[in-house]
Amino acid sequence: MNIIAILLPLALALGLAGLGAFFWCMRTGQFADLEGAGWRVLRDDDLAARDEEARGREAESRSP
Amino acid sequence: MASTQDLSVFVRHGANGTAGMELAVDGIRCAGCMHAIEDGLSREAGLLTARVNLALKRVTVEWREGALRPEAVVERLAALGFKAYPFLPGGQEDADSREERRLLRCLGVAGFAAMNIMLLSVSVWSGNASDLEPSTRDLFHWLSALIALPTAAYAGRPFFESAMRALRAGGVNMDVPITLGVVLALGMSVVETWHHGQHAYFDGAVMLLFFLLIGRYLDQLMRRRTRDLAGNLAALKAEAATRLDADGNAVSLPIAAIAPGDLVLVAPGERVGVDGIVEQGRSELDQSLVTGETAAFPVAAGARVYAGTLNLTGALRIRVETVGAGTLLDEIDRLMGQAVESRSRYVRLSDKAARLYAPLVHATALATFLGWIAFGLAWQQALVIAITVLIITCPCALGLAIPAVQVVAASALFQRRVMLKQGDALERLAEVDTVVFDKTGTLTLPEAEILNAEAVPGNHRAAIGALAAASRHPLAQALAKALNAHAPAADTREYAGQGLSAAIDGADCHLGSIAFCDAQAQAEAARAEHPDASFIAWRCGDERVVIAIGQKLRPDAAETVAILKQRGLDVLILSGDRAEAVAPVAEALGIAQVRAGLLPGEKLAALDRLAAEGRKVLMVGDGLNDAPALAGAHVSMSPISATHLAQAAADVVFLGDGLLPVAQSIAIGCRARKLMMQNLWFAVLYNAIAVPIAVAGLVTPLIAAAAMSGSSLVVTLNALRGRLNPSKEA
Repeated sequence: MNIIAILLPLALALGLAGLGAFFWCMRTGQFADLEGAGWRVLRDDDLAARDEEARGREAESRSP
Repeated sequence: MASTQDLSVFVRHGANGTAGMELAVDGIRCAGCMHAIEDGLSREAGLLTARVNLALKRVTVEWREGALRPEAVVERLAALGFKAYPFLPGGQEDADSREERRLLRCLGVAGFAAMNIMLLSVSVWSGNASDLEPSTRDLFHWLSALIALPTAAYAGRPFFESAMRALRAGGVNMDVPITLGVVLALGMSVVETWHHGQHAYFDGAVMLLFFLLIGRYLDQLMRRRTRDLAGNLAALKAEAATRLDADGNAVSLPIAAIAPGDLVLVAPGERVGVDGIVEQGRSELDQSLVTGETAAFPVAAGARVYAGTLNLTGALRIRVETVGAGTLLDEIDRLMGQAVESRSRYVRLSDKAARLYAPLVHATALATFLGWIAFGLAWQQALVIAITVLIITCPCALGLAIPAVQVVAASALFQRRVMLKQGDALERLAEVDTVVFDKTGTLTLPEAEILNAEAVPGNHRAAIGALAAASRHPLAQALAKALNAHAPAADTREYAGQGLSAAIDGADCHLGSIAFCDAQAQAEAARAEHPDASFIAWRCGDERVVIAIGQKLRPDAAETVAILKQRGLDVLILSGDRAEAVAPVAEALGIAQVRAGLLPGEKLAALDRLAAEGRKVLMVGDGLNDAPALAGAHVSMSPISATHLAQAAADVVFLGDGLLPVAQSIAIGCRARKLMMQNLWFAVLYNAIAVPIAVAGLVTPLIAAAAMSGSSLVVTLNALRGRLNPSKEA
């Protein structure tokens, strides 16, 4: 039965962590736009930046 | 005219040197628009962030103070192809979103507590069936109490406060049995736990709060969403006015920034945005939005003009007035106040249910208590059974039955470009048995069009358009607009009161009155075909054409009226326009009951008479003169082209040129009401089964939990059916 002494606080702590995460989401406005967020994932503007970086490195390696 | 735009009223100044602004943007439809706007704006120097809210169709921008003019943002968006309208989030909006956040926080806490207590409860239930040691059970119960009591104190406040308000006002609402149920369940459970009892209802009480908060949150969400959309509409419709400063500079300002006493310049073709007195200038006004009258109305210095009228021919300088006694707006305002009073007598379905429900529940619980005592049970045990009755009858399913349907139906309407401004408009739409239409701008399109387009010779369209654009006559202006001509012809000669002429391709061409163009024969024919239209004639060489100009019916008006009649609804026209202008429209649509030439007050009186006959009227209108009738009708709709006041008075606003949303809204309203009634009957059925078990004293916490979550689930799933079968509507 000693296992309860570990499991119960663990369950509560996990629940509280979830509650904390929920409050954090609300405070930072994660629920403000439920439609847009799904589409933002599909943007690849970060890729463009990385491509440029890669091209820059390529140019460096080619020059003697 | 050199006028500068000034949007500084809309800018909010944040901490550490940033400034920001909110814009409602027309035409954000998809993710592509979102990317286009954000990418386009991010190229603007000095701009810190630009973020699109796709759900609300709004853009929030921030920039370093002084690095950017706010007007540049609007210009940039216009260059990207989006019309943006800055607006100030109102105080009401803040209060509502605060309430919504509070409910969401309560919901989060209740959800967390319900899950953890359920974890403990399931252990106790399975332990009770096998060999749980009483000391372990007590420990679990005390732990549950430790979670449940603070949770109820926090998450139950929305209900406790509302119940207290109702009791203090001497009434009973749904929250009274909820509060009683929760408080008694928790109290009883603590006492049971103290006495090492087998059953504790901590899980039931918290789960009840959780489910009820979901219903409450959906209700609030619905209210906020309808209000957000209404706010967007207001921003989209807010026109700018051109204010003349003392030194004669013209500055374009939003209407919100115009004060009484200011001098405003209204160019030809602009809509008058204020009420006031003409100080200088002479022009003709199109008052169709205000009175429904389609003929132009001449004004000169000293005349009174009203917001919503369209300036046709000459520039006007208008001194802005306060809305004093005796003005048209004031009169309409007063009528609207009266009308809204009669509307507020409507009792929402949920309130009706609550009025029946609360006394019934309390009576049942009391009867159970007294019954068991009479039967010879100790009062403590009788009390426990009475409390389980209260817990099991707590309106879990009732609390969800209506908000869930409302949210689903509202999003179904939104997809059809219909916006609800009042949540209970759905219920009222379903009860409608009579539909009253305004004519001008509602059954007909808001702008004048060419009625006999086939008569206009194709090779002369450009020439006619150019000549029409050169004239300031309202008919010619309408013709130019209909022909999409913007560039006026050069070297025109104007004959006052008759028309104008120009040499086009060597031929001498005239545009003007029928006599001016000598086209009596053609006019006879056109008049026979379009008796209610206005005519303008064109002569070029020997060729003579008479063009009929008038209000065209909305493209699906006839179809919509037919559908409404098929549904068994009475269709009427109440118009402020002349009888001769209304008759052909009524004939084309097959509407027999028509009244024309009505003043705003007479329209309202006509609706009151219909209401006195016991009819539930849906009013569809767009003009300022319709506003009192819209506010007084059982339920009302306005097209997006309507005046602000009409939109403010209407329960539902629809977009687009078509009239079909009227029929669709009624269909969706009926369906929503059917689902609501089903849900309410399910709640009754649930009680019919559960209450006898509770009265008999056979309910355990396990049964209570299963019954509550089961009924809530059924009700929610039933509400989701509102989304299915879109083909069944209309």
